[in-house]
Amino acid sequence: MAATGPLALVEDLGRPGRAGIGVARSGAADRASLRLANRAVGNDEGAAAIEATFGGLALEVGDEGICLCVTGAPVDVTVDGRGAGSHAVLQVAAGSRVALGTPRAGLRSYVAVRGGIDVPEVLGARSRDVMAGLGPEPLAEGDVLPVGTPVGDLPGVDHLPWPDLDEPVVLRAVRGPRADWVEDVDLLTSTAWQATDRSNRVGTRLAGSSLRHSRDDQLPSEGAWRGAVQVPPSGEPVLFLADHPVTGGYPVVAVVVDEDVDRAAQVRPGQEVRFRWVGAP
Amino acid sequence: MIVHPYGDRALLVDLDDGEAALALADALRADPPEALGDLVPAARTVLLVAAEGAAVADLRAALAGVRPGERSAADDGEEVEIPVVYDGEDLDDVASLTGLSREEVVAAHTGQAWRVAFGGFAPGFGYLVGEDDRLHVPRREESRTRVPTGAVGLAGEYAGVYPRESPGGWQLIGRTDLAMFDLDRDPAALLRPGVRVRFTDVTGRTS
Repeated sequence: MAATGPLALVEDLGRPGRAGIGVARSGAADRASLRLANRAVGNDEGAAAIEATFGGLALEVGDEGICLCVTGAPVDVTVDGRGAGSHAVLQVAAGSRVALGTPRAGLRSYVAVRGGIDVPEVLGARSRDVMAGLGPEPLAEGDVLPVGTPVGDLPGVDHLPWPDLDEPVVLRAVRGPRADWVEDVDLLTSTAWQATDRSNRVGTRLAGSSLRHSRDDQLPSEGAWRGAVQVPPSGEPVLFLADHPVTGGYPVVAVVVDEDVDRAAQVRPGQEVRFRWVGAP
Repeated sequence: MIVHPYGDRALLVDLDDGEAALALADALRADPPEALGDLVPAARTVLLVAAEGAAVADLRAALAGVRPGERSAADDGEEVEIPVVYDGEDLDDVASLTGLSREEVVAAHTGQAWRVAFGGFAPGFGYLVGEDDRLHVPRREESRTRVPTGAVGLAGEYAGVYPRESPGGWQLIGRTDLAMFDLDRDPAALLRPGVRVRFTDVTGRTS
C-alpha cells in the first residue's frame, strides 16, 4: 500500500449467520460491484478485495505481476502514470505503481486482484466491520497485502459495463414493520432527502424533513438488516448499510429493496436521495 | 403471531412476548428451513432473512410449518458458569429499586437460571432472561460514557455482561474476569442464543 486515500478496507461478502452473537454481516458496502470485479479477474464472487472510499489509493506491485480490476465508483486508474481505465481487466507488471484518482461519480471503488487478497479470516470472513471493530484493520501506508492463488480461469473479458450512477438516486422501498410509529410515513417518499456527512458504512444519514414519532412508548429491541430505514427521535432517518447494528430500538418505517442498497452505498454526502414505495414480494 | 414484510429479502415476526420469541427462534435453530439464511431473534420479534437463491415467499411458506415447542424443549442446551464479584457501583440502587437487600440481590442473581435470548449491542453481548421478575429494574437515568470490560449489569427484564469497554446505561452489580468474546477461542462468543447461564458469587475470592 503506497497510499490509502481517505479510507481503504479489505472486504469480502461478510459474515453470515452471526447476528445471534451480535456480529453483523458486514462485507462490501456495494456487493454487486465487488462481485463484478471478482468475476472479471476469475475469482470466486466473494473473494476479498479492497474497498476504496473516495479513491486516492496507490499500490506498488511486488515481485510478481498481478491481474486486477477496478469497479464501483468509476475512477481514473493509472499504471506507472499512464491511463489504464476503470472497469477494465489490467495485467500489471512486477514493481509497477497502480493509482486511483478521485471518483467522478459514486463513493466506493473496488480493487479486485486475481487470487484475492489473502489476509487471515476473522470469524469466517475477510471483512472489516467498522462498527464492531472486527476483521482486518483499515489499510495503512506501508501495509503488505498477500495475494492468494487463482482458483478459476480468466473469463476473457477486458472491459466491463460502467455502473449507472445517474442522479437523482431513487431507492425502491417496502413499507416497514413500524411505519405506524411515525405521524406520516409518506414524508419518506415525498421528501428530497440529502445524505449528510455523518454517513458511513454503518448507515447513510438523511436530512431534509422530520419523520415525527407518533408514539411515546419505547419499542423493544428488534432485529435490523441492511436496507432498513430507522427513525431515531430526531426524525431524521438512517438507512442501514453493511455494518449496521444487529438489533435496534428505533422504529423501522421502510426497508429498501436489497438490490438498491448497493446503489445507496454509492451515495456521496450532500447528494440527493429519494424513495419510491414498492409492494412486498 | 404477526408476519410483517421486511423489504424484499426478509420477514419480521411479531410475537406476544419474550417467551414466544425465544420458542420460535429455538424451533428455527433446531430445524432450520432451507429457505432461511439468517435469523435475528430479539425481545418480542424474530427477523428471518431468506437464504441466497431462496425467495421470501419460500420463507413465508416454511414459517407456516414451524411448530414452536415449550421453552423446556431447549433446557438441555449448553450451560455456562460466570463467576462474579458483586461490587457493582449500582448495587445499592438496585437493592432499593427492587426492595431487596444487597445480599438478596446477589442471591436472586445467582439463584436463578438465565438464558441467552438474543444478541446485539456489541459482539459477544447476550441479552439474558431469567426465571422471575425480582431483578427487573429500569436502565440508569444517565448512561455512563465508560463501562469496563466484564461489568455485569441489569436493565429492564435482562441481565448482561459487557464484552468490552463501551458506553452503557445498565445498572452495574458486579464484574467478571471471564472473557465474553475472544477471537482466539472457538466459539469466540461465550453467550450464544439458547445458552444457559449460571452466575456464581466469588466476591472476596478473587483479586
